[in-house]
Amino acid sequence: MSEGIVYWLQQLLNALQLGSIYGLIALGYTMVYGILTMINFAHGDVFMIGAFFCFLAAVYLGLPFAPVLLLTMIGTALLGVAIERLAYKPLRHAPRVSAIITALGVGIFLENFTLALAPYPKHIPALLENSNWNLGGVSVSSLQIIIICLSLGLMFLLDYVVHRTPVGMAMRAISWDKTFVPLMGVPVDWVISATFAIGAALAGAAGTMYGLAYPVIDPYMGIMVGWKAFISAVVGGIGNIRGAMIGAFILGGVEIFVAAFLPSTYRDFVAFALLLILLIVRPYGILGSPRIQKV
Amino acid sequence: MKSSALIETREWLAVQRWLLPILVLIGFGLAFAIPEYGLFNKYVQLVMMYVGINIILAASLNLVNGYMGEFSLAHAGFMAIGAYTSALLTMRVLPVAEYPGLFPLAVLAGGLMAAVFGLIVAVPSFKTRGDYLALITLAFLMIVKSLIENIDAIGGPRGIPGIRKLTTLPWVFFWVVVSLWVIRNFVYSKYGRGVLSIREDEIASELMSVNTRRVKFLAFMLSSFFAGIAGGLFAHVLQFISPRVFDIIKSTDILIMVYLGGIASIGGSILGATVYTVLLELLRPSTFGALLSWLPDMLFDPLNEYFIRHLGVWRMVIMPLALVLVMIFWPRGMMGLREFRWFIPKRDLDAHQHQHHAERENPHDPSHRP
Repeated sequence: MSEGIVYWLQQLLNALQLGSIYGLIALGYTMVYGILTMINFAHGDVFMIGAFFCFLAAVYLGLPFAPVLLLTMIGTALLGVAIERLAYKPLRHAPRVSAIITALGVGIFLENFTLALAPYPKHIPALLENSNWNLGGVSVSSLQIIIICLSLGLMFLLDYVVHRTPVGMAMRAISWDKTFVPLMGVPVDWVISATFAIGAALAGAAGTMYGLAYPVIDPYMGIMVGWKAFISAVVGGIGNIRGAMIGAFILGGVEIFVAAFLPSTYRDFVAFALLLILLIVRPYGILGSPRIQKV
Repeated sequence: MKSSALIETREWLAVQRWLLPILVLIGFGLAFAIPEYGLFNKYVQLVMMYVGINIILAASLNLVNGYMGEFSLAHAGFMAIGAYTSALLTMRVLPVAEYPGLFPLAVLAGGLMAAVFGLIVAVPSFKTRGDYLALITLAFLMIVKSLIENIDAIGGPRGIPGIRKLTTLPWVFFWVVVSLWVIRNFVYSKYGRGVLSIREDEIASELMSVNTRRVKFLAFMLSSFFAGIAGGLFAHVLQFISPRVFDIIKSTDILIMVYLGGIASIGGSILGATVYTVLLELLRPSTFGALLSWLPDMLFDPLNEYFIRHLGVWRMVIMPLALVLVMIFWPRGMMGLREFRWFIPKRDLDAHQHQHHAERENPHDPSHRP
């Protein structure tokens, strides 16, 4: 194969890896928005806590990859439910702005609390044996394959849960109508907690994989990654689960290819410019549909 | 009984109204006297300047977030534009060393530049609102920060060091008075009604022939103008600016001041900015050192050392926690939707009192809520 194509394929692989991590986090944003029409700004920091749980489980408990992933997902799921119950639930009927500010506050709290406990960046040990293969010039690492496959697996699992199980049906029903669905016997509080738990568990999985791919973690890592994941969710049409996945891969691709052609400092600029243009041109995203407001 | 009490308060208010300009004059006198005669030490003077700058920031953000009911995260971005414009002017263009009187011109230019950029946020606000507008403002903030980082001529990510210390207490006081006066007059003007009506219901207010576009233009430009002014003052106190100073954390700080003080209230912004700034300053190791100085050395030394080493981080933990608690238990802040009577024009007082009574009698009526 020619040099050019190899380079492109290599970048495409990197884009898939980044996109799948963004996708896992974006799902949490989009699910919560779909159900509560609330932007959970603390979600990026739940991802960060996930990376730290992974560090704790790997270093202090010395566990191998699978139990670390499982423990991290359980830990972040509990954290997500705790945040929802303690911070968001009391504000469910308050003005929307209160919920947004509370979410920002929870996010900053998680960052600084982690910083107070772990002042220096941590290094996650290699949990998986990493072997590189050379496929016609493109170097493929087993870690990349695992991250991409595992993320895609979790995404399809979520898609199945939302579209084929009773819990998913309840979620879709509540996002459709919050007044009458509870009257049909759907336990709203329980379903909302379940949504937060699933979203946070996916963020925890993303944190673990991010920690394996980029092993140095610090308390502020969740801010940028979280915003990027959020942009993905908006690009795909927030509230739409398949849209979030598509948006994540688009954003991952844009970022990697921008970094390949421009100085890497322009990455954030392009990502946010993309968001700005999209919001002005097509505010409801790729798969979203415009909401008609009635007076 | 009730009406006579009302008349009495109105007469008393008429007297008080004379007091406000006098208080402003006394404030000016103090602002000149404090640095001149060293009434307070340098640190207290510095905190006073920060309080003033934060009052400008909170009041101007309150215009968009409180009175208009939008959610803007871009305030730190406008502040950055004002700070960079004025700092570059005083360092490279204006001969401030010979003519220190040119400093307000630089600050004004920073404000005007920020107002021009305010249009970039105002235009998308015609079509989107709520969460999506919040996102546009966030994207704007990130783009401003990222652009500054990528332009080497203005220092790039390293920022601009060595800015002259031109901001003085009288100048801060002057700009605080000007900003509060302009914002107050705007809020109680025809356009101010428009701003309030947009908060209550945009479509309905358009049907009532409110020119929502013009109102939004004015509100966003005014808000970003004063953010730019505050940025210019801030740059010339701190004497060093970099893109990092104006990140999302700075915007969040201003948001906390606005919501702690209470939305749609100038008095609330004054209180919120003052309380928040002073509290954050009090949460420093030296305060705890002073509070615990009566302890015997054996206990005091390790405690003091602990505070010096860790308090800087823990105060950043306490701050957002306080914000969440305020939102849950005290969602209106100190003065949400209320106002110091001195700031209310006379013709509005009656209407205001009516609304206040209605609220008190029927606190669960959602029509009073933003």
